Amino acid sequence: MTVMRVPGGASLGAASWVVARRGIHRTLRTPQIIMMGLVQSVAFLLIFRYVFGGAIGTGRAGVSYVDYMIPGLLTVSGLFAGMSAAVAVADDLASGYLDRLKSLPMPRLAVIAGQVVSDTVRVTLILAVSAALAFAVGFRVHAGWGSALAGFGLCVLFGFAFVWMFVAVGLLTANPQAAQGAGFLALPLSFVSSAYVPVDTMPGWLRGFAENQPVTVMMDAVRTLTQGDAAEALLGHGSGHYVARALAWTAAIITVSATIAVTRFNRT
Amino acid sequence: MTPVIEAAGLVKRFGGVTALAGLDLVAEPGRVVALLGPNGAGKTTFVRSVATLVRPDGGTLRVDGVDAVRDPDRVRRIIGLAGQYAAVEAAMTGRENLEMIARLFGRSRRAARAGAAAVLERLSLGEVGDRLVRTYSGGLRRRLDLGASLVGAPRLLLLDEPTTGLDPRSRRELWDAIGELAAGGTDVLLTTQYLDEADHLADRVVIIDRGRVVAEGTPRELKSRTGGDLIEIHVRDHPSGAGSATEAAARALEGLGTVHTDPSSRLVTMTAEHGPEDLMQAVRALAGQSVAVEDIALRRPTLDEVFLALTGTPTQRSVA
Repeated sequence: MTVMRVPGGASLGAASWVVARRGIHRTLRTPQIIMMGLVQSVAFLLIFRYVFGGAIGTGRAGVSYVDYMIPGLLTVSGLFAGMSAAVAVADDLASGYLDRLKSLPMPRLAVIAGQVVSDTVRVTLILAVSAALAFAVGFRVHAGWGSALAGFGLCVLFGFAFVWMFVAVGLLTANPQAAQGAGFLALPLSFVSSAYVPVDTMPGWLRGFAENQPVTVMMDAVRTLTQGDAAEALLGHGSGHYVARALAWTAAIITVSATIAVTRFNRT
Repeated sequence: MTPVIEAAGLVKRFGGVTALAGLDLVAEPGRVVALLGPNGAGKTTFVRSVATLVRPDGGTLRVDGVDAVRDPDRVRRIIGLAGQYAAVEAAMTGRENLEMIARLFGRSRRAARAGAAAVLERLSLGEVGDRLVRTYSGGLRRRLDLGASLVGAPRLLLLDEPTTGLDPRSRRELWDAIGELAAGGTDVLLTTQYLDEADHLADRVVIIDRGRVVAEGTPRELKSRTGGDLIEIHVRDHPSGAGSATEAAARALEGLGTVHTDPSSRLVTMTAEHGPEDLMQAVRALAGQSVAVEDIALRRPTLDEVFLALTGTPTQRSVA
């Protein structure tokens, strides 16, 4: 794994890009992939905006419900979009595609790096469409545009971390159906969080988890970056507090997942 | 000449299962070697070891003189692998798939394009080269998969059950393609469960069972290994009823060889160590006892029978 270039072979960067292009081709030439990725995002957006939205919140401390919910929804969209990386990797493993790549004289790390890059591109596309839809249903930025863009950038970064996580899941399960099943670990992370309702409405035992789990911290970072002072007042801390914690979680998820993925990949 | 594969005492365990139990195998250059064995015999593990995908627990393995454990990257420049499934990307064209592999070999864009075009031409895939692979038939996909393993101009081609699941016509086409490659100077190691495939393609057949080589030789040598030729006699029904015809034949042949009878199909089989001489004696003996014969033939045993004799496991019968 320390080999960056096999003598006469492709460099790590070049090989990763060649592998990534395959994934990008697949995304762009298979409309179902983007559509399926968007279904979750769009369905939740519409359900929480128009079905539950009225009952859940009339806005608190100067933040309307749609402005409260969208940063959570975008973070969760990255999580759900990352999920299909697990199935794709397990599929490549089961179908012998990874064997073919591993039998080539190139840095093996390029196989995983390329996969992560192409899935991050896919997640970013889904996030961009979801963000556009968010504005269409009434979401507004109440902070500077620079800060809001940083919020979107964070969503992409979280997506990148989730992709690493699901690549590791795919390699661990080694079976597309099992990988699909393991993806449901995303459900508690997305619902037992501050995504759709403030955590202080939950019972104490649940609240402890909801308040401190990474997805909540990430959402709150995006909230403060897009909603400014009102969100900071509502949540209790400044954006620096949430962003720093979110970045720490992101780094931890990437480190652990990448270690598992690389170790596992070298063994299979 | 350096053997293209040289395995000595190769051992590989997966948990409690021993896949390779001290396998010794030397493959001389310029040959097509078929690894034949029942499921779980260790065929795939051996091919994966040569492909540097599996790291042996013991023994030595050299590919074209290069140590596969110590220097896997050099071995990867020597081999081309086509596995049990067509490992090609369905959302890319055949040409794009091949160019991708060439780029991963470190070729420039231009060289990759030329290399892909040459392989498409060589495998008669030129016409479909610019179609997305998801529109390909199973046979075409396998052919492209074979092409992907050729992009690196390998010295040794590794084919793990190359025709499993293909219809007879696609199999035949793939056989032709492999035969042409071998004739063009590429060494081939293939695994198969089909005896006719080994018979058709291989110069040398290696039979493995439980992680060890149990026999090897040319298909002809292996066939003569199990006690020489056989005489098959189909007898005509006896007026006195079924069964008595084969019995009469068996009585007539007594003392000439080991005789087996199958009354239901009216088939009598006899070993024939001296070949034609035994056949002539058998004919005389049957005529002497007035046994009515529908058909009589001298034949070599099939690889199937060799295989059964050596491993105690019947193989899958080929569909072709």
